Amino acid sequence: MLTFVGLGLFDVRDISVKGLDAVRRADAVYLEAYTSRLMGSSVDEMEQVFGKEIRLLGREDVEQHPDAVIDRARDGDVVFLTGGDPMVSTTHADLRIRAAEAGVPTVIVHASSIQSAVCGLSGLQNYRFGKSCSVPFPAAGWFPTTPLATVRANLDCGLHTLVYLDIQPDRYMRVPEAVGLLEEMAEATGQPAPDLYVGIARAGSESPVVAAGTADRLKAFDFGPPLHILIVPADLHPVEREYLETFAGL
Amino acid sequence: MVERVTELMDKPERIRNIGIVAHIDHGKTTLSDNLLAGAGMISEDLAGKQLFMDSDEEEQARGITIDASNVSMVHTYGGQEFLINMIDTPGHVDFGGDVTRAMRAVDGAVVVVDAVEGTMPQTETVLRQALKEGVRPVLFINKVDRLVNELKVDQQEMQIRLGKVIDKVNKLIKGMNEKMYNDGWKLDAAMGTVAFGSALYNWAVSVPFMQKSGVSFKDVFEKCNAGDMKWLAKNSPLSDVLLDMVVKHLPNPTDAQKRRIPIIWHGDKETAEGKTMMNCDPNGPAALMVTDISFDPHAGEVATGRLFSGTLKRGTELYVMGTAKRANRLSQVGIFMGAERIEVEALPAGNIAAVTGLKDAIVGSTVSTMMDITPFEALKHYSEPVMTVAVEAKNMKDLPKLVEVLRQVGKEDPTVQVSINEETGEHLIAGMGELHLEIITGRIKRDKGVEIITSPPIVVYRETPTQKAGPVEGKSPNRHNRFYIELEPMDPAVIDLILKGEVSMNQQVIERRDILVTAGMDKDEAKNIKAIEGTNMFIDMTKGIQYLNETMELVLDGWREALRGGPLADEQVQNLKIKLLDVKLHEDAIHRGPAQVIPAVRSAVKAGILYAGDSLLEPVQKIQITVPTEQMGPATSQIQGRRGQVFDMLSEGDTMTVIGKAPVAELFGFAGDVRSATEGRAMWSTEFAGFEVVPGGIVDEVVKGIRKRKGLKEQIPRPEDYLA
Ligand SMILES: Nc1nc2c(ncn2[C@@H]2O[C@H](COP(=O)(O)OP(=O)(O)OP(=O)(O)O)[C@@H](O)[C@H]2O)c(=O)[nH]1
Ligand SMILES: [Mg+2]
Repeated sequence: MLTFVGLGLFDVRDISVKGLDAVRRADAVYLEAYTSRLMGSSVDEMEQVFGKEIRLLGREDVEQHPDAVIDRARDGDVVFLTGGDPMVSTTHADLRIRAAEAGVPTVIVHASSIQSAVCGLSGLQNYRFGKSCSVPFPAAGWFPTTPLATVRANLDCGLHTLVYLDIQPDRYMRVPEAVGLLEEMAEATGQPAPDLYVGIARAGSESPVVAAGTADRLKAFDFGPPLHILIVPADLHPVEREYLETFAGL
Repeated sequence: MVERVTELMDKPERIRNIGIVAHIDHGKTTLSDNLLAGAGMISEDLAGKQLFMDSDEEEQARGITIDASNVSMVHTYGGQEFLINMIDTPGHVDFGGDVTRAMRAVDGAVVVVDAVEGTMPQTETVLRQALKEGVRPVLFINKVDRLVNELKVDQQEMQIRLGKVIDKVNKLIKGMNEKMYNDGWKLDAAMGTVAFGSALYNWAVSVPFMQKSGVSFKDVFEKCNAGDMKWLAKNSPLSDVLLDMVVKHLPNPTDAQKRRIPIIWHGDKETAEGKTMMNCDPNGPAALMVTDISFDPHAGEVATGRLFSGTLKRGTELYVMGTAKRANRLSQVGIFMGAERIEVEALPAGNIAAVTGLKDAIVGSTVSTMMDITPFEALKHYSEPVMTVAVEAKNMKDLPKLVEVLRQVGKEDPTVQVSINEETGEHLIAGMGELHLEIITGRIKRDKGVEIITSPPIVVYRETPTQKAGPVEGKSPNRHNRFYIELEPMDPAVIDLILKGEVSMNQQVIERRDILVTAGMDKDEAKNIKAIEGTNMFIDMTKGIQYLNETMELVLDGWREALRGGPLADEQVQNLKIKLLDVKLHEDAIHRGPAQVIPAVRSAVKAGILYAGDSLLEPVQKIQITVPTEQMGPATSQIQGRRGQVFDMLSEGDTMTVIGKAPVAELFGFAGDVRSATEGRAMWSTEFAGFEVVPGGIVDEVVKGIRKRKGLKEQIPRPEDYLA
């Protein structure tokens, strides 16, 4: 059996009791360590708390060679740990399909996800979010401008946009940089840049930071260590505005 | 002298930019030296025997020219002064790239032919290069003294032989470009577009000059016979005859550019840059094509090139097309005086400029004061790298320096291909031949002070498809992005157009489409070409796929990576046409980034090449050997014994010329073998003749050998290995 267990947002204590049970029962525990990171706990700490050895999986292991995990799950209980809620990152859907194809039963144990956490931190209504997008670090010959197109399309429909920020083995994108990139996209495509942003850092930790304001304010704002995430809100509902004024310095 | 030069450089009608071109050893440098001396730029003693312009020790030691060199001189004709900017080019095939580059910078060429040897394979090649660039030729038949003194011909025979050389060259011109031939480019001694003489003994005659000086062919014959070269040099001096011919018959830059710009630049002629270039206008945007980069111990990197429009000054800010758009500020602007570079205040269009400060430029760069102009047509050399050596630093501490030096080598000589491998520290340099590589590696040690270990030269192979294949599906590692491609061998007619430079990505889409459709390509395909790389083409046949636009550059990167090394032997791929049929992309930009798209396309292309019947090609050289008739047997077997083929034998008097071809792999040590087989009496030359399929009987062995050498798995990959 293959059990997908969500670790939640920030540290080892964000796992659900159900999830913890599954981990403690498991014959093998794998941690996917590339789509998201649990910033508040090290792997050592998790091993101690869980009382289990944890094996790390890179992108290659999950995307190209998932057979090792699936094989192990054929005749044992295997837990596949991910940050946040397991199926939000689409690549794991593929793993579950492959497991099913191999005749291995699967289960999901959910946990909180950044998708819902941002609603609480920003006060922006869950109902009013449009399509999400992410801002990647540009590479040679590659500077996609579709993230801004998504934001603009949402704005046209009066919808907020949740903007994921790139995570690479050696770096994390931060809010000020992402705001700058969105402005560059605006310049490159001749579209207007958004007027208002909400930046969030370390959701789920003891000291999350939420700041709302113009591009200039956010680009100069010190959000502290990762992970960061960004929202481009549409026209605000009065309660949303009040919330941001109260909790995000708008 | 400086003032005379700087005064003339502002007057395009008084400028001639010329190149001296010929088969090896026909006397280009001897001629160039004596022209410089005759114009008073160097002393008579320096010229000629000592070969002032072959200043490099290596050139002196080997008695051949290796690098093209730029010089200039002032000549008086009809009471007016003219500035002659001249480039002496090398004749050895391995350095033919210098000729290709020089032909871009000049408007006219003096084609030198040895009266005894007559036209040789490289004569034909350099003529072709000149005509292709719209460079007008005049002819100098050199070494006339040898006809008289070595071949002991009489006066009548001398004149017949000279006439034959002219006919032969005219036949070549006519064969290469009949239109130019009919439009007055036919060479004609009576008109004065041919001169005869002896560069070594410093005299020449031409029909117009004979009329002026009274020196006749009879005098030429008699004085040669009597060994009185001094008389000829005094009464019919080489530099006057040749430079008169250059001024009178070769075009000035204003006239030349009207004809040449449409050939070498495919941008819109109605733009500001188009108009100024057509008119060689010193006002307006500057456009410079870099044709040479050299290293000066004091000034650093000096870029030399032809300024087709605008004016350059110290401090001018220029942009190098195809690089990050940052301004390169010129720190020095110069022109040649004699062989020296002198700084000038301002250098106007129509001249050959030598500047410093162009940090981003490489040989072949288009440089402009405008940030974004259509680049000049790429310098296409007719020959391709056929041999490669591996080099590594002898001392650990030189590792980083060697990488820097190799990058510089690649920048200075576009006919070499440098592949840097910082992981293994073993770098590859591919070049035109054994001599080319020997010189390059020798100079790394001599000039850059890096001790290196060099492997013996190895042959460069190619891979190519032989049949249609596809659609092949390439999946990204996350399996969310899919690319469907179809592969097929390129149509030979299209390959030809690419090699001739008639089809390129610098053209306007419509112009390119029309040429290709005329050549038989499907109209839809011709319209949707996304990139041309060597003789490979990538065509996007998809319609309206969301996000594909901003992903295309990554798709092309993946394609280019696959072209760099095919599945069979990790050798460059050629003549492959790919059509992108369909694409599925992930909704989110991060999940369709470089790490996903590049490997997906790369593996689809590699697997596709296997499905398309990947085959191995080897470089082949054309060989011409001229020997006394009794040596014909040994000469022929020198070709046939090397997996070669003889396809022509021409006899003339008591000599025999054998023409054939053989693979480069079998030609190592050819020079020594021919010499000993023919008792040193053979005259021979070789020339690149393209890539051909490695014969079935040995191909497995060859592939195995390459894979082993490169440390690849012995087993050739199967398509599935790429598509997992
Ligand atoms: N007899 C005779 N020998 C000449 C004449 N011109 C040149 N030579 C000799 O021919 C040889 C080659 O001359 P170069 O001037 O080096 O020839 P090149 O064409 O520059 O040679 P590459 O640059 O190596 O192709 C030298 O030994 C010259 O002295 C000539 O008019 N008569
Ligand atoms: Mg020479």
